[in-house]
Amino acid sequence: MTQELEHQHHHGPSQDVGWEPEHTHSRKGFFTDSSICIGCKACEVACKTWNENPQDGDYEILGSSYDNTGALGANTWRHVSFIEQDEDRIEKARESGKKLVSLGMPTVRPPEGPAAAAAATANAATKNGTNMPDTAEFRWLMSSDVCKHCTYAGCLDVCPTGALYRTEHGTVVVQDDICNGCGTCVAGCPFGVIERRDDGTVRTKEDRDGRLSRQQEVPNKGVAQKCTLCYDRLIEGQTPACAQTCPTTSIKFGAHENLVEEAEERVAALHAQGMTEARLYGANKNDGVGGTGSVFLLLDEPEVYGLPPDPQVPSKDLPLMFKKVGIAAAGLVAATAVAFLGGRK
Amino acid sequence: MANADCIVIQGSNMAECHPVGFQWVTEAKARGAKIIHVDPRFTRTSAIAQKHVPIRTGTDIVLLGALIKYVLDNDLWFKEYVTAFTNIATIINEDFKDTEDLGGLFSGFDPTEGKYDLSSWAYEQAYEDGSILSPEGTEENGATQSEKAAGDTLGAGGAAMNDWVAKEDPTLQHPRSVYQILKRHYARYTPEMVEETCGISPEDFEYLAESVTENSGREKTTCFAYALGWTQHSAGAQFIRTAAILQLLLGNMGRPGGGIMALRGHATIQGSTDIPTLFNLLPGYLPMPHAGTNDNLQDYLNSVASKKQKGFWANADNYMVSLLKAWWGDAATAENDYAYDYMPRINGAHGTYQTAVRMMEGGVDGYFILGQNPAVGSANGKLQRMAMSKLKWLVVRDFRLIESATWWKDGPEIKSGELKTEDIDTEVFFFPAANHTEKAGTFTQTQRMVQWREQAIPPPGDARSELEFFYDFGRRLKERVAHSTDWRDKPLQDLTWDYPVDEHGDPDAEAVLKEINGYYTSGPKKGQVLDTFNEMKADGSTAGGCWIYSGVMAGGVNHAKKKVPGYLQDEMADQWGWVWPLNRRILYNRASADANGKPWSERKKLVWWDEDTGKWVGDDVPDFPVGLAPTARPDPNLGGPAALSGTDAFIMQADGKGWLFAPKGMLDGPLPAHYEPPESQVRNPVYPQQNSPSRIVFKRGDTLSAPGYGEEGAGVYPHVFTTYRVTEHHTAGGMSRWLPYLAELQPEMFCEVSPELAAETGLEPYGWATIISPQSAIEARVLITNRMTPLEVGGQTVHQIGLPYHWGVGGDATIEGDGANDLLGMTLDPNVLIQESKSAACAIVPGRRPRGNARLDLVQTYRDRANISENTNKQRVTIPPQEGEG
Repeated sequence: MTQELEHQHHHGPSQDVGWEPEHTHSRKGFFTDSSICIGCKACEVACKTWNENPQDGDYEILGSSYDNTGALGANTWRHVSFIEQDEDRIEKARESGKKLVSLGMPTVRPPEGPAAAAAATANAATKNGTNMPDTAEFRWLMSSDVCKHCTYAGCLDVCPTGALYRTEHGTVVVQDDICNGCGTCVAGCPFGVIERRDDGTVRTKEDRDGRLSRQQEVPNKGVAQKCTLCYDRLIEGQTPACAQTCPTTSIKFGAHENLVEEAEERVAALHAQGMTEARLYGANKNDGVGGTGSVFLLLDEPEVYGLPPDPQVPSKDLPLMFKKVGIAAAGLVAATAVAFLGGRK
Repeated sequence: MANADCIVIQGSNMAECHPVGFQWVTEAKARGAKIIHVDPRFTRTSAIAQKHVPIRTGTDIVLLGALIKYVLDNDLWFKEYVTAFTNIATIINEDFKDTEDLGGLFSGFDPTEGKYDLSSWAYEQAYEDGSILSPEGTEENGATQSEKAAGDTLGAGGAAMNDWVAKEDPTLQHPRSVYQILKRHYARYTPEMVEETCGISPEDFEYLAESVTENSGREKTTCFAYALGWTQHSAGAQFIRTAAILQLLLGNMGRPGGGIMALRGHATIQGSTDIPTLFNLLPGYLPMPHAGTNDNLQDYLNSVASKKQKGFWANADNYMVSLLKAWWGDAATAENDYAYDYMPRINGAHGTYQTAVRMMEGGVDGYFILGQNPAVGSANGKLQRMAMSKLKWLVVRDFRLIESATWWKDGPEIKSGELKTEDIDTEVFFFPAANHTEKAGTFTQTQRMVQWREQAIPPPGDARSELEFFYDFGRRLKERVAHSTDWRDKPLQDLTWDYPVDEHGDPDAEAVLKEINGYYTSGPKKGQVLDTFNEMKADGSTAGGCWIYSGVMAGGVNHAKKKVPGYLQDEMADQWGWVWPLNRRILYNRASADANGKPWSERKKLVWWDEDTGKWVGDDVPDFPVGLAPTARPDPNLGGPAALSGTDAFIMQADGKGWLFAPKGMLDGPLPAHYEPPESQVRNPVYPQQNSPSRIVFKRGDTLSAPGYGEEGAGVYPHVFTTYRVTEHHTAGGMSRWLPYLAELQPEMFCEVSPELAAETGLEPYGWATIISPQSAIEARVLITNRMTPLEVGGQTVHQIGLPYHWGVGGDATIEGDGANDLLGMTLDPNVLIQESKSAACAIVPGRRPRGNARLDLVQTYRDRANISENTNKQRVTIPPQEGEG
């Protein structure tokens, strides 16, 4: 399977999906650096406010640390997960991060430039390497998840109506007025991001208590919904709402190429500080989706954050399936022939 | 903060409660700084810090005191800085007795009044006859002082100080020198004491001590940041004092990356003390006149500052007369003391809790609630609501029908039957308020930065700005009394109230800012704005509503509107907004240079003395008379700014020095000493005196206290609870529980407990718990988490329970829940009258609380078990007073 993709890489995955580098716009994306996320959820709120998405939960504690919106879905396009971990798990994360880097995956160049300088200052500023995370017995991970805007986007590939399309910014967007709500894309996304918005009512606390409803109007009922990377803001030259509001610059927006570079430098700097648990997610263009437009710096295995460790675009199997079907058909023909031949005996 | 080499966040959950300011902590970290979070809970701040140190609530003075001892013992204090800029060599008079001598009390305590007479804490004065003036320099005694909440009254400079020419011993060998007193006072504060009191291991203490001291000195600076985790204690002001002593010893004040950051910041909390909503302050930290002792302007001014003392408070007459001119215009003349008699007087403490108690007693007719939700946000919520039911009228201005506006129909007391709607005589008025995008004006944030914002959209429906509301209200009141001949109406009749309004009747906020800034009332410059408060005069020729804001309109330009992006200017960013006073970004920045005016180091230089021009220059506006040479030693008898020497970096202090020992200003001791929180179940390991003797208590049946260590009934409420906020909500919820996007993020009231406590008490993950205090019983969902750590303290295990206080019971919010503040009684810090809400005692059991009357029964069962009365845990002195006291 990988061979199939690599074969196509001669002219690059982005071109494969119909997005040309000579385009007037660079491919846009996010770099979400979970090492400086403070879990304030401002991204969730800014996203819902800008996109006028309905409130999501049922106003009950979910039972997942401080997370009460649960997952990405039709209404929640940015989602912050909270993971409480003990010493054992931290040690494992450090080991696995080290291995990833020594395998060259993701690619980490020797630190240079500002990252190296920062790392050097960090080391110089401390005695006994105390700039390392010293509270090693416990940690609380927070990370803001979002649509990956994949290079090979499963949702887009399987959409029968053409409602999903790739924009001039290299992002993947649903056209609300074309989507017929068939839901094929939901199964097509390897990350479980895209979802059909409820066409019924949103259950609210008011419903439970029989209170006067203060429910907002729900737009785009029944159609597939997900992050647009704030397409309407991009065409105005503005930053997406989540990145604009992030108080610690954990969410960075920019040209995909630059962000990946920045992300790699950041991992190198963290490793230099002893935080070997740092690793990138989505920055490898050889992965099962050809790399993602939204890249992440994580401090543990992707599964810990509810992310698939090895995402595969379902449509990637299509050529192979054709081949297999071809072989199978040929085999069938052969077998039939043999049968006939046999029959002649 | 971005320039700090080490940041200790203690008494604050900065990442959650000040996320925007926290960007500078992450910036400092990215530049290589060490971030340490000292807090009872592992929070989102701890998650970003390199180190989290769990601490038992209310024991911060022991930890900080031990750091002071560590610095002194290991000779790590910044000698050139400390000897140049602090009172370390000053000699204290011989009547002073320390906690070492009196079992935990200082000299001057009056056990019947529960107050200190501060006179024995004074400096030994340099006059030959050896006479010692009282710290007040007036006939006031300590008792009247206390009632005024004098710590606050005295503003940034402390009390008036006639006798500032104090004796010094530069060798520091005199047994009554501040240095020797400090050494003796903190001798008890050992790492072992830290372990026994705070539950912090010697290794963690060592880590903290090393980090702080290695990152202080000429080349490096350490910064402390605190918020309500330090202030909301019965001795909270002293927590901050301890940090101030430590930071002075380490030379971290007035320098880039140093300081003690008081994190305020919600909307304009800083602004609300600058131009105050407090009963005991006038704008610019001038005290409110006190009936009986400030009967004329001169008496009042004498009590604020002596003309003979050093520094800028000596000019209080200029500030006060300008204020009176701003308020009463032409009616304020030299003949009538500039209408000083129009100014209301206070005759006691009228803080929010004393006011609620007076309401209970029928002593208050009407109440305005603006931007506040006392039914949810104040300690002892039940007393707050019951008190409001005794009012004749109540005005609530808010965005939504908050619980303070609806308690009469759907509050907890309606549900329990303690109040019946038809029996309540209070007339409640609700006025919808415009939000910050719907009005123009300024916010003043935690850096003292005044920032202007424009109106983006008009407010909806009947909603109006505060400015419009009060302008219109004042206009109507003035109309009513326009023809009155009653002398009582004169102040209102003469009040200047002539702001230009727009076509909607909304006054021009900039005209108000101009009045605050000040202007000339006569002479050739009549009508022109003042460029600085140094132009203010006490002869009626200038007017100005708040002297420290003078200069915000300098040159007729609204500097609060400046918004030059950071990338277009240097790091001080003096073209973004305007910072009082006079756009100085770092206070006392004279201390960023040595005694001779040279920067302590290239890395940490900020302002310095330029020999060639004979001026202080640098990256910040110098917080010092700009032409005052480091070598200058003017005649001290000049008084005021003119008396400042070239090394008096702390220009607001009466002696120009940073106070390691506070001879006045603090009502509960000249040096911080550890007392256990009022409801602590732990014996005070430091002194025989268990609790702060001068804390304010109310001996009433409707504000009870759990029995503390050694009292009858101790152990019935075995656990500690501490209240706090989370990022997702805003204080009492008025701005978040009505908004679905925020409400869904933290939908239900919860408590945070350790797995150990959960196992001990049978709590289930995400199940329900009932928390019981002498005041009430509330229910909460249970978060069992390793973020809560049981602490081994004095041979016992102390469990701490975390309770966010955002929820309240009412009928209008999107989400509701029991209020944590209903559990609290009322014990106050004597300096600032803030309530103890960070450390209190409770019991916890699994399951939801009983409904209706059964809830009251449950609370009573526990009270009976502990045999609680209105006097429980309200005694002041643990031991009999010893000889030499008084």
